Amino acid sequence: MPTEPHITFLGPQRTPRLDEVVASLGLHGPFATVNAGWQEREPEDELLDSMLGGRSHNLHLWRRMQQLWEADPEFAEADRERRDVLEEMQQLYLQGLDHAMAAITELHQHTPRNAWVMETALADTERIVRDLDARHLERVAEVHAEFWSRTTPHERAELAEAREAIAVELSDVEAVVIPGGHVGVLLGALHLFNIAPALDVPVVAWGAGAMALTERVVLFHDRAAHGPAVAEVFAPGLGLVKETVALPSARERLDLANHDRMAILARRFAPSRCLLLDAGAQVHVGADGRLPAGATVIGPAGSAQPLEAA
Amino acid sequence: MTTTPVEHPSKQRRRHKLAINRLRESEGLDEAAVDAFVAEHAVPVVEGSKCTFLFRGEADEVWVRHRIVNQPQRVPMKRVPGLSLWWVTIELPEGSRVEYQLEIRRGEHYEHLNDPLNPHVAHSPVGSSSVCHAVGYTTPDWVLHDPDSRPGELHDLQFHSKALRRNTTSRVYLPARFRRTTSYPLLVVHDGDDYLNYAAMKTVLDNLIHRLDMAETIVVFSNPADRLREYPNYAAHARHISAELIPSLHERLPLIDRPDARCLMGASFGGVASLSVAYRKPDLVGSLLLQSGSFVFTDIGDEHGGGPAFDPVVKFMNRYRERPRKVAERMFMTCGVYEPLIVHNRSMVPVFESTGTTVRYVEARDGHSWENWRDRLRDGLSWIFPGPQRFVYE
Repeated sequence: MPTEPHITFLGPQRTPRLDEVVASLGLHGPFATVNAGWQEREPEDELLDSMLGGRSHNLHLWRRMQQLWEADPEFAEADRERRDVLEEMQQLYLQGLDHAMAAITELHQHTPRNAWVMETALADTERIVRDLDARHLERVAEVHAEFWSRTTPHERAELAEAREAIAVELSDVEAVVIPGGHVGVLLGALHLFNIAPALDVPVVAWGAGAMALTERVVLFHDRAAHGPAVAEVFAPGLGLVKETVALPSARERLDLANHDRMAILARRFAPSRCLLLDAGAQVHVGADGRLPAGATVIGPAGSAQPLEAA
Repeated sequence: MTTTPVEHPSKQRRRHKLAINRLRESEGLDEAAVDAFVAEHAVPVVEGSKCTFLFRGEADEVWVRHRIVNQPQRVPMKRVPGLSLWWVTIELPEGSRVEYQLEIRRGEHYEHLNDPLNPHVAHSPVGSSSVCHAVGYTTPDWVLHDPDSRPGELHDLQFHSKALRRNTTSRVYLPARFRRTTSYPLLVVHDGDDYLNYAAMKTVLDNLIHRLDMAETIVVFSNPADRLREYPNYAAHARHISAELIPSLHERLPLIDRPDARCLMGASFGGVASLSVAYRKPDLVGSLLLQSGSFVFTDIGDEHGGGPAFDPVVKFMNRYRERPRKVAERMFMTCGVYEPLIVHNRSMVPVFESTGTTVRYVEARDGHSWENWRDRLRDGLSWIFPGPQRFVYE
């Protein structure tokens, strides 16, 4: 069994080709599936299972999470409080971010008398945005750390039992498959049941599943119902894929034709690469957790381009 | 410098001759040709920004009556000599949706009717009107029934209001997948049954929630007895909403008990009701959704020209404008550019913003109508209570 993560990111699976992908990877199962991001539709995994040749085992993390909260009300209440705090933090971070991003847009519209003056002002404002992102991510991580230290998961019988059972279920799988869905719920379930240490087998992930495996999860939607939303840092991910911001369904969700906007996005998260995961995408992450040459990323000028070899 | 050659207008006219003009200029024009023309064209005939309205029948005079502000609202139609066809072409900008009727004079007798040649009809509590969809207007798909959207449920809620001294009937919308273990935001809708009947609001809620555009929300559709009395800054109504309706819902349903998870909404006088309740009951709600609010005010004196029903509105709005204060953190306002209230709504945006309220204001090429308010619901509801779309990645 490989000791380094061997991760494959896919584009959205509306026209599923998971069966071809696992065959091409030489994977035959058994597979563990983590579709907690589907929430109450977690059990509706017939298609997923059929794509995996009927050899998948659903870990049912979402259902287990509900059962755990029911069995341990004190833990459930602590978790609810944590979500409350995080929600307010996200809201306030977003308010600050909105203003900083609006300032960048305004600066771009300025007709410069001296080009270097404008470039300096833009760089300063973009630095403010990166600072906001970094501080927010740190604070979110602190809230999580404080929660785990306060709630002592190892001393909670129901949680310890569930973790142990899941570890057993994961012990004899050949690979783990993590589809998309609600990235917050998925990430919460992965952390709660401490799945990361078990991901030393091949992993195939897409959508929210891909985002959760990176170092930081960035939410984005340029085509939101109420107008383009500012991309926002949400939470630390599992960190198995390095220096990568995963952007699933990028063509649908991002205004890729707006190169100025995309260039800002690329600069904002550099040196991480903004990875575009559209239909048909298949990216084999190296054993070092880094993106391979040829993966489609947003280049410095804001256009989609293949990643050059390091 | 480059120049773009501009065609002489007469050439443009020849190239883009309107269908009605081609018909009028055709040889041997008779009733059979008119029959064929009417059968071939959707009426009004929309060609770019030109909309040609038609009427067939015997009459002494025919007019198109609409309510576009600052435009002649009774537009005479011309008769094609010797035939039963009447027509007039009106210019309507892209994306316009205009409600209208035809007025017909036969001798001393005047009649108002919907356009018999146009199947598009909009309904409201005061009757129905024909609708002209100008070029670029399409009915949003999210206002139509979507078999994939899981339907929420509507339940009647009846109780006696001490504040209003009458029995009240509201409808409570529970989203599909409603669970008692989850907590939901609350939206209180004024003129609730009208929103359900004329703005397809249940269908809209089902669709927006299904598409993740809007958060799962409990919505109460509240109904007035006499809206002209209860809605313009009426203390008893504010007491009813704040001390009876909302507490009663909190007792029965799992609601998030925070102002930012509560919103009041309404159109026209319902907008005034929403604003005045929030004004009278600070910290009750975090947001307001105000559609074509009847925010009539005067800058000098009290003469407003709106009739007695507007007296309490003007008194309230003038007082508010004298000393504006924040009544909600966030406010979503919409108004049709073809309605007289456009001036008042535009004027109120900076006033609300001056209080520190975050205001999002949207205009549409539409009038004071339920379908206008329906078409703006996605913008408003997805902003007030955004759905989890930003968290969901396939």
